Order: sequence, then structure tokens, then C-alpha cells
Amino acid sequence: MSLVVKPNFPDYQTAPVQRGFNPYADNGGSVVAIAGDDFVIIGADTRLSAGFSIYTREQNKLFPLSSTTVLGCSGCWCDTLTLTRILKSRMQMYQQEHNKTMSTTACAQMLSTMLYYKRFFPYYISNVLVGLDNDGKGVVYSYDPIGHCEKRTHRAGGSAGALLQPLLDNQIGKKNMLNVKEEPVSQQRALSIIKDVFISAAERDIYTGDSILINIITKDGIKEETFQLRKD
Amino acid sequence: MFSAPPFWQNGPAPGSFYDFPNMQPQVQPNDFRQHTQSPVTTSTSLVAVTYDKGIIIAGDLLASYGSLARYRNCPRIVKVNNNIILGSSGDYADFQYVQNFIEQKVISDECLDDGITLKPKSLYCWLTRILYNRRSKMDPLWNNFIVAGIQDGEPFLGTVDKQGTAYSDKIICTGYGAHIATPMLRDALDNKPQLTQAEARAQVERCMEVLYYRDARSFPKYQLGIIDADQGVSIEGPLQVAQNWSVAHSIKGY
Repeated sequence: MSLVVKPNFPDYQTAPVQRGFNPYADNGGSVVAIAGDDFVIIGADTRLSAGFSIYTREQNKLFPLSSTTVLGCSGCWCDTLTLTRILKSRMQMYQQEHNKTMSTTACAQMLSTMLYYKRFFPYYISNVLVGLDNDGKGVVYSYDPIGHCEKRTHRAGGSAGALLQPLLDNQIGKKNMLNVKEEPVSQQRALSIIKDVFISAAERDIYTGDSILINIITKDGIKEETFQLRKD
Repeated sequence: MFSAPPFWQNGPAPGSFYDFPNMQPQVQPNDFRQHTQSPVTTSTSLVAVTYDKGIIIAGDLLASYGSLARYRNCPRIVKVNNNIILGSSGDYADFQYVQNFIEQKVISDECLDDGITLKPKSLYCWLTRILYNRRSKMDPLWNNFIVAGIQDGEPFLGTVDKQGTAYSDKIICTGYGAHIATPMLRDALDNKPQLTQAEARAQVERCMEVLYYRDARSFPKYQLGIIDADQGVSIEGPLQVAQNWSVAHSIKGY
């Protein structure tokens, strides 16, 4: 084996270089949602990043679609901007055509259809849609980038999703525990779990941090709350 | 490599697809276009920071051909109208293309003569759509744009990149500046959240100096765009980076 290190001076290369273009970017971010009997809470961190750079520390990733529905997005930010803009206009079109606001369940179905419409050039977003259903019960819908939709009571999505989902399954879903009784989660407990879970995510995931924005949706409307995370 | 025999005569092998008999061979399209060129004439960092009543943005006047400092008087901080400054880094030709587009928009606005002019957030949103549309065609405009403006008396600073990724913040730097100037400016804003115009200017000038020392594609001649709620738009320059190489001889180890 030769010990001589081959010098590499890319600026002095004479061969043409093909600069690749990647239409997608991973801008990170995490979304966590927990549904209860008469409420639903969704939280998203406010860090927007790419690679080792933090673009901004205060980026809202929660998009209210109606007074009972909120969408949380993380992943490719340019796709998020586009998708939420189209969603907003679709909500307005529905309102003006039918003279009523779209229900959360209808929103959930529409989002799935809109994502699948771009099946072969997908929106690279991890979506979590939350809201109150027609009976006023909290619901969480989670999606994959091409429109697979699943209804659940708790969901962690985005860059720290894989880190947080098992923790939620344990704490909210009471999975892998002996002698526990199934009882609906209280709003106070859900809120504190979301905060705890984000603190943990910020410790291990560089794409999650700075602060979180929380939306608490009840029959009285949407309450906003912020919570500071570590900023390094 | 191991390959299993087909399941039946002329049938598919395990793990492969069935070839339908009598199918016409697939014809390759001959009208395809290859997109995604690489940038040619490029400009480097932009530095922008918000102060209490406006925004300061700086960028040098160099347009490079790779490592060659080719054109040395290329302004890329331009006044759009009385409440917007536009800055660009990346491909200079793409910037000029977009600039012409915007100039035509501003003229059309003027011709309507209704006193309504383009607002910073509108231009920012419009740029987002233009760039996202081009990235979706896999034929991007290879730029990082910075929109600085005053809307409803408040400073607005936003950026869009070649993918259409857009955000607004109090500090925005592009290119090499994102790694070198952003931390310096964030530090300055942590110490004093509301800078005055003079303080902001001093910070930006310091960033341009450090960038000139550290960024090999930078240039000592630069422009400074200032947009102020009271004083309006001014583009200053060409200015010169205050160079001091007296400590250079002591830097060793590279």
C-alpha cells in the first residue's frame, strides 16, 4: 500500500464537473400530537435548518386550517410552503362553494388525496393533522409523503419522530407495561408529556430545538403556547 | 451471481418481472431536454441584518468564473422601488434574468398610476413561487435572493433559495457568510437585541472584513444597501473593505 496521499485540488481540475441538483432539502423539525376526549394538542419545534446550518430559530410549522383543525409539517420546507398554500386556498374554495367550513375528517381525506396526486414527485413532508371531529372528540391523522393516512391518538413525526414515537406509545398508549388501566389522557398530562418529549428530542436530535409552538384545540378554539428549548 | 431458473418456460425468474410476449420494444424519447446546468458566473456571500428602523445589506461586486475573479464590477444589491431592496448571490445571469422580470413588474405597477406599489412581502412570496416552479421543472434559477424592505412601517427581511426554501429572520446571510457572518451577527444581536443604524453598519462592515479574509471568492470592493423607515432606500458604494494584514505573518499551520 502506498503511503503517498494523492493531492486533491478541485479548483484546478480541468475536467468539466456536473453539478447535481437536488430538488429536495431536509430542513428538519419535529411535530408531536396527542388527542384526548375533548381536546387535541399539537406541538412543533421552531428550528429551521439544513445540514449543520440553522436557517432560523423562530419558524412556525403549525398551520391552522380552520377553527378546529391544525396541520403540523416537517421535512422539506419548500414543499411545506407550497402544500400549505394550496391547502389554504382549497379550504377557502370549499367554504365559498358550500357555505360551511370543512370538517377535520374531510380535511384529513383531502390532504391524503392531495399528497397522492403528487405520487411520482412527492411533497417530502411528514404531515400530522389534528383537530376535533364532528362529535367534538380529539383526533390525530398522520401521513407519509405520498398520502398514506392513519388515524391515531398520538403521533410523533419529523426528524425526531423515530426517537419519540416509542416514548409516546409507552406513556400515552400504555404499551409494554404491566398492570396499567386504560384511561383517557388529561389535557394537563398531554401538555406536560409534549414538553418533556421535546426536551428529550432537543438533547439527541440536532434538527430539533430552539423552542416549541404548541396549539391546544378545544371546543372554545385554538390556544397558542410557546416553550423554550436548548438553542445549541 | 446466483440466479434461479424461471418458474415456467419463458416465464419470470424469482424476483424479476414477466416479459409479455409480442410487446413492441420500448422506444426512448428523442425530444428530451437536459436541465440542471451548473452555475457559471457566480457571486458569493450576502450579509443582511435588521436594526431598529430598517435593514442593512452588503455584498461584494465580484462575479467569478469558478476560482477566477472574472468581473469585478457587478452590482447585485439593487433598489426595486422605494420600499424594497433586492440582493442576490449565486449565478449572476439568473439574477439578471429575474431582475429584468422585476423591473418590468415595477414599470407595469407605475403605469397603472394608482399609487399602489409592490410590497416587500409580495415580492418575497412571488420569488418563492418563481423559484419553486423552476426547481419543480428540475431547471432551477441558481440563486439565493434576499428581500429587504419596509412594510407597514416595520422592517422585513426574507430569503429564498434555488429550491424555493424561504424564511424570514432578523439576520440573513447567504453562501460562505451563512457560516462566518451569521454567528457573528447572532452574537451581536444576543448582546443587544435592537441595534441602531450605526451599530448595524459597524457589524456588517466587520462581517465583510472577516469574509474578505476568509472567503477565497470574495472581493474588497462592495456595496451597502440601507433601507430605513424614515430615510428610505440608499445604495452606497463601491466601498472598500478596511484591510489589516499586519497579523497575517503570525498565522501559521495552514
